[in-house]
Amino acid sequence: MATTPTYEDRLKDFSWSLAEQELGYRKGDPLNIGWHCSDRLCRQGLADKTALVWEDFSGATKTYTFDDLRVLSNTFAAHLQGLGIQPGERVCLFMDRVPELYLGFLGGLKMGAVVQPLFSAFGADSLWTRLDDAGTTAIVTQRKHVAKVRKLLDKLPQLRHVILVDAGDGPLRERESGLDLHALPRVETFDAHPTGPETPSVLHYTSGTTGQPKGAQHVHYSLISQYLTAKWVLDLRPDDVYWCNADPGWVTGTSYGIIGPWANGVTQVVLDSGFNAEKWYDFMARRGVTVWYSAPTAIRLLMREGSDLVRKHDLSRLRHLCSVGEPLNAEAVVWSQEAFGKPFHDTYWQTETGCMMITNFPGMKVKPGSMGKPFPGITATVLDPNTNLPHEGTGRVGLIAIRPGWPSQIRGYWNNQAGYERKFVNGWYICGDRASIDADGYYWFVGRDDDVINTGGHLVGPFEIESALLEHPAVAESAAVAKPDPVNMEVVKAFVTLKPGIAPDDDLELEIMNFIRKKLSPLAMPQEIEFTDSLPKTRSGKIVRRILRAREFGEPEGDLSTLMSE
Amino acid sequence: MDERKQTILDYVVNEYLEEDDDRVIGPDTPLITGGIVDSFSMVSLKRFLEKKYGIQIPDADASPEAFDTVNRIDALVERFIKS
Repeated sequence: MATTPTYEDRLKDFSWSLAEQELGYRKGDPLNIGWHCSDRLCRQGLADKTALVWEDFSGATKTYTFDDLRVLSNTFAAHLQGLGIQPGERVCLFMDRVPELYLGFLGGLKMGAVVQPLFSAFGADSLWTRLDDAGTTAIVTQRKHVAKVRKLLDKLPQLRHVILVDAGDGPLRERESGLDLHALPRVETFDAHPTGPETPSVLHYTSGTTGQPKGAQHVHYSLISQYLTAKWVLDLRPDDVYWCNADPGWVTGTSYGIIGPWANGVTQVVLDSGFNAEKWYDFMARRGVTVWYSAPTAIRLLMREGSDLVRKHDLSRLRHLCSVGEPLNAEAVVWSQEAFGKPFHDTYWQTETGCMMITNFPGMKVKPGSMGKPFPGITATVLDPNTNLPHEGTGRVGLIAIRPGWPSQIRGYWNNQAGYERKFVNGWYICGDRASIDADGYYWFVGRDDDVINTGGHLVGPFEIESALLEHPAVAESAAVAKPDPVNMEVVKAFVTLKPGIAPDDDLELEIMNFIRKKLSPLAMPQEIEFTDSLPKTRSGKIVRRILRAREFGEPEGDLSTLMSE
Repeated sequence: MDERKQTILDYVVNEYLEEDDDRVIGPDTPLITGGIVDSFSMVSLKRFLEKKYGIQIPDADASPEAFDTVNRIDALVERFIKS
């Protein structure tokens, strides 16, 4: 009986061309992710295999074969073409986890559009920032989210089409049309746009310390490393039933909630429901989930419900567990061993990397709390922040850095090439996180190297929150920083000074919280607001977030000599 | 429906649904699992309840399950008003 190759086996003679060969891709050929995740698999005899089992919170279920993926993504692509949308134009998918989101993702790529998935809980301001920057020409959404789009139409003249997947017989307004994918005539044949490996594919927005969110520009060649990392690290096999509980509004939900599993021809299940431990276990048991890719925040919420709840469900088919989004604490790894009889395998990567960078390989000894080791083909290190050269020796904390050139590396930030170039130092891509490497080559996460807030596995930029806070009529100045949180790792805390004559109280705090939630998103909503008379500033008047953050984390405040007295 | 449940229901409809969202919300409508209120937004809902009813709900009791319907939220509020 063949044994699964070890991490060391995989390192030997590694080349990304291995994935190219397995996918049947040769240099010079067109390369289209939408085609590879549907048509190619049908040609390989998987047309009748179940590709997607979708279920919502009420138990409503829909099932799709790979042939359904092929035909319905064709139908979606043809519909976009019929509207006059051209290859290269940005098509935003702004939906809950409904089937049209997954089918539309493949269909948009097939017709050559740049697909721009956005988290459906985004408020109108967050939506506007991203649609405006991308110059998006079409948005596909649902009735329950369209109000946020309607508010923006005057400010988005380039947005020509607002497409509702559940329009029904309800009224439609200016620029709106309906797309009932399941009622349209099925398009059996569609020639996928001959995108090349370097053709833009997906645009995911991500937050930084300064400025508004940046559009991370992926290309179709990302398929190569998304396919191989899904196969090797998630250990996907032909008979697996795979569940990734990430939302495709974020990169995990597309790289490993659409592309990776389907490129491998694996059946995946989707639960369009908010968190509920009992419901999640019941779903996994009923659907026979074998491989589960989750996130530390979800795992910590499950831990709170205890191991006994796990044992009430038959999860005997569960074979492999992985995690991503934020560091997986050692307690969660130990708990999963006790509760599921197997550990969660942490993986480390980010929007800009497009695929896993540092991983705990199946079969590799899991050191609870460690991120694992670099994926084969990935050259990683930690840089001395003073010299920007790799640290010598082990156990020293530095900046996680990756040598550029892996297939799914983004090719730039949309409209912001200078910002992209700032991510590179001495020939290394700088991830923005700090870690150390132990004597066995395992990486250990330490923290962010900037002011970005990692809440529940999602990065939130302080600048965006502060800008929105200043739009509240009571707010004079603001600073948004991370605050430690036992479930979400970090949450947003805002420090606010009020305009003269306005007194702080609980009503005002709740009002400001909801103000930010509606404008930006629930993730960006400060979970705590501290009203203060002044904020720490440099002599030039710039607010110094690092001091406020250090106070929240109980860390040294560092050099205070350049500050104005508070 | 009693007054407190109606107050909670009105708050949810006014704060967490978009103005064009015509879904009908009742006391047993799933709020968290139904995607109307997410786990982050729960914090503002909890803050509202604490302020409105002069109670403190410990984080350990503010679970997604306890906040999943207006009826469950009302039962939670009742528990802390009495304690």
